[in-house]
Amino acid sequence: MNDLAIETHGLVKVFGSNRAVDGVDLAIPRGGVHGFLGPNGAGKTTTIRVLATLARPDGGTARVLGRDVVTEANEVRQRVSLTGQFASVDEDLTGRENLRLIGRLFGHRGAAARRRADELLDAFGLGDAGDRQVKKYSGGMRRRIDIAASIVVTPELLFLDEPTTGLDPRSRNEVWDIVRAMVSSGTTVLLTTQYLDEADQLADRISVIDRGKVIAEGTSTELKASVGSGSLHVRVMDRVDREAARAILERELAVDVREEADPNALSANVDEQGRVTRALSALDDARIPLAQFSLGQPTLDEVFLSLTGHPAEETTETEVDAA
Amino acid sequence: MTLDSTRTEGAGAAPDGSAKILQALASSERPTPPGPLSTSLTFGWRALLKIKHVPEQLFDVTVFPVMFTLLFTFLFGGALAGSTEDYIQFLLPGIMVQGVIMITMYTGTTLRTDLEKGVFDRFRSLPIWRPSALVGMLLGDAVRFTISLTVTALLGLVLGWRPGGGFGGFLVGAALILLFSFSLGWVWTFLSLLLRTSGSVMGVSMLVITPLTFGSNIFVDPSTMPGWLQAFVEVNPVSHLVTSVRAVMGGIDPGASLPLTIVWSAALIAVFGTLTMWRYRDAR
Repeated sequence: MNDLAIETHGLVKVFGSNRAVDGVDLAIPRGGVHGFLGPNGAGKTTTIRVLATLARPDGGTARVLGRDVVTEANEVRQRVSLTGQFASVDEDLTGRENLRLIGRLFGHRGAAARRRADELLDAFGLGDAGDRQVKKYSGGMRRRIDIAASIVVTPELLFLDEPTTGLDPRSRNEVWDIVRAMVSSGTTVLLTTQYLDEADQLADRISVIDRGKVIAEGTSTELKASVGSGSLHVRVMDRVDREAARAILERELAVDVREEADPNALSANVDEQGRVTRALSALDDARIPLAQFSLGQPTLDEVFLSLTGHPAEETTETEVDAA
Repeated sequence: MTLDSTRTEGAGAAPDGSAKILQALASSERPTPPGPLSTSLTFGWRALLKIKHVPEQLFDVTVFPVMFTLLFTFLFGGALAGSTEDYIQFLLPGIMVQGVIMITMYTGTTLRTDLEKGVFDRFRSLPIWRPSALVGMLLGDAVRFTISLTVTALLGLVLGWRPGGGFGGFLVGAALILLFSFSLGWVWTFLSLLLRTSGSVMGVSMLVITPLTFGSNIFVDPSTMPGWLQAFVEVNPVSHLVTSVRAVMGGIDPGASLPLTIVWSAALIAVFGTLTMWRYRDAR
């Protein structure tokens, strides 16, 4: 026994010729939220599936809460829960029936299963919707019933696979509040996300995953420091000014300035915010009118560009297949 | 001077919601893990709930048997046995088998759909006896098969079927059909874990079911068939099933066909049950 929630060495999972997980080493302590950040197709979901005993690794070892995911799979299953990217409850059944089903599978007798279902429906604000079929739920309600199904018996470790993908901002905040409540009660959460913002809001530490490998690990502050403390976006009013604006910005900021696909736009990673003020004044002095400018935290794309030298790619066929 | 203004704090579930969630999480009651029979029956309950919410599922088990019985009785009755009344005595046990075997096909396509929707990911992540989700599904199907058998038997009685084995014989025959279709179900569960779309599961199932049912002794006595076809009919497990169902429902001794049917059923479970569970480990 040790106090790590997740420990893997050289974890590999292959689908045909695609190494979806290609030598992942993790050492994640118990407690708090650990984020897996990466674009679609990076291998996040496949890693989670191996850790949750849904897929068998082709190489390496993985221990979850001190138990081997292959030889002690049932031990692992008693202690973890999974909330998938797609609602993994039965759409044909009602919310209450789904919770009763899971309660009975864990060994609750009829009346106890019913009581637990009522308690969870109430806690997740689904009391009125409990007798409606899940297929009639909205996106946010669906994600809530899915999380409720994951805690019918309180797990020590919860895998949350892209819990807010496709949700509106309000529902996304609700899910975030639920995750925070769970963490405060002592559950360890492993969260996968494509959004740096989400990892920033929730995760204590983040592993950045790309092409089946962990390419960086740290707190969100540490990761952002690796791409500069901020990201400046400038859009010139007239595209003929872009080249001149770029030269001025590079001189004043002393960093590389990138030309975006948008023919009017430029962007740069900056460390010192004081330089940004001077750079914007310099553009004004040169009489280059700007349509807009903003200074914000780096985007996932920028973190990726900096860490990998290639932009975050869109969905690959194989990962969709694997998901 | 961070100009980024996308942060929105709070604005989520009401604070009392979080408190209730904390309370729900705090009740860390861990019931005793249930046994294989209990979890299988719970999944059987799920299948019944699905029938309750999607009653259209019962369309095939009622319409198929009526259609088959009427079609084949009146299509072949006069030509094969001189009268429909004589033919139905021979045909009805066989058409019960045919009707149920046709419906077993849906087991595979239903499982494929469930796998695609992700609900089986949750079942597979639970600490329960592994095959119970599939066993429960097949038990739920047994309810549908029973409806099909009952509809066929009642229609047969109306058309003049008078089984010599009486009600007891019918029950034994029905039990045999249920046993065999439960066993055959594992072929479809394996196929649906092997193939990627419910369309292809359906296609391959048809390819297996058509020779199994028509290349048997359901419709005619095999003695008039060419030798090569007789050889196939002889080894076809469906023929053994039909022979034994005909015998027990007719009130005569089924002979070797009864143990053969049971051996075939056990073999199907042993082989395809094992293959299914092997694929189920890595199902997606």
